[in-house]
This record gives sequence, C-alpha cells and structure tokens, in this order.
Amino acid sequence: MAVKVIIPTPLRAYADKQESVQLQASNVGEAMQALTARFKELKKHLYSDDGRLRSFVNVYVNDEDIRYMQKDQTPLREGDTVSIVPSIAGGLQQ
Amino acid sequence: MSDFVLKISQELAGKIRAHGVQTYPHECCGAILGRESEGAREVLGLMPLANRRDDSPRNRFEVTPDDVRLAEKSARDQNLELIGWYHSHPDAPARPSEFDREHAWPWYSYIIVSVQSGQPRDMNSWRLRDDRCAYDSEAIESTARSASI
Repeated sequence: MAVKVIIPTPLRAYADKQESVQLQASNVGEAMQALTARFKELKKHLYSDDGRLRSFVNVYVNDEDIRYMQKDQTPLREGDTVSIVPSIAGGLQQ
Repeated sequence: MSDFVLKISQELAGKIRAHGVQTYPHECCGAILGRESEGAREVLGLMPLANRRDDSPRNRFEVTPDDVRLAEKSARDQNLELIGWYHSHPDAPARPSEFDREHAWPWYSYIIVSVQSGQPRDMNSWRLRDDRCAYDSEAIESTARSASI
C-alpha cells in the first residue's frame, strides 16, 4: 500500500532534497528498506554498521512511536505517514 | 578556516551560557531555531529543554523524540527551522566527544559551551561530516542585534 515517509530536514540532502516520498510497503521494516534502497546515502545515517537502526533514530507511524507498537513489524495502512525522528544525545566521554 | 558560519546575537549566546551555568554541574541542552538561506545560517530563537538523562546528567544529555517533535513544531509555528542543538560540557572543553559523534546527524549545528567550575568559558559550534567520521568547526559570528522573535 502507498504510504508517505517524511524525510527529516538534516537528511534531505541524501534524498534528492525531498521533504517526503511515497513508497509501497505493508509494514515499517519494508518502508525503511524501500527508502534506503532508493536513497543509498541515507542508510549510514539511519543504520549502524551491524545493520541495526541507530539507537537515537526513532520511527513514528502517524503519531505513534513504533517502539510501543510492533517495532519494524508494525503494519501500515494505505495513506499512513511514517516519520523519522531523532532523539538528541551526547555528552562527555567519561 | 571553517566553511560554515553560524550567526548568533550576543543576547542568545548569553542565554546558552546562562543555561549551562544554571544546570552546572549537570549538562544543559536545548534546541536552536533559526533560518538558513544561501548557506548563511542564523540563530533566531532557543528552546531550552530538560536533560532526560537522570542517571548520569553530569556527563550525558538526552532530548527525547517527543521533545524533538515539540521543538520542530515550535519552529514551524514561528516560521523558523530547527537548525541544531546546544549542550554544555561541565569542566571539560567545548569539543564534541566520541559519544557526541555517534549520536549526531550532518546538517545540524551543534553548539557546545564549556562550563568550568560553574563559569562559562569557550563556546564552539560543530557540524558532522557526511561520512560521519569527524566534525568540522562552524565559525560563530556574533551579531549585536537582538533576536527577531
């Protein structure tokens, strides 16, 4: 089904400067896979070298955080909006 | 010489330093709102946020995704962009750590203020490189005018 994925502003440079893209996907994992297949430069900013979503990268379906749903197996319905939202973390090395 | 320049009024720069002093010896954090046109980036507002790392606030900070979404909405409501984030390094230099690098995205401006023994010291801004391997320094250009919002 067709869903909209919103590209966060910092990553638009790696997605042909688009604010959002339409993709065909039946769950969040498929949507993220389709997104990074279309825009390969996005992948390193979303996934770590071991293939896992980076710890500070969060995905929402409409207004729901997928961590509290079925994670990357969260089903998508026609017209859903998928958002990629960072949590901002950092600090000293100690 | 840095290719990036971040303009910020003395008033707003002072607010970042004051936030770092207020939360010392813990790290402060907040969102940076502003505008960018033709490569020129200017800070026009700040949104101080709570450091959600209750377990180790002296050497870590965290802004939750819900707070990030609030900051994005606040920027949109003011016809601004969310252009970056600031935080403090208590009793440490205003340089990004390895932990900072692992948790960053390019494009954002990351301002770090050093707070030594409760007093604000250096304040620097950084931009993560496309290849995620290192940061580039972003020159901070002080402007006299007050914030427009």
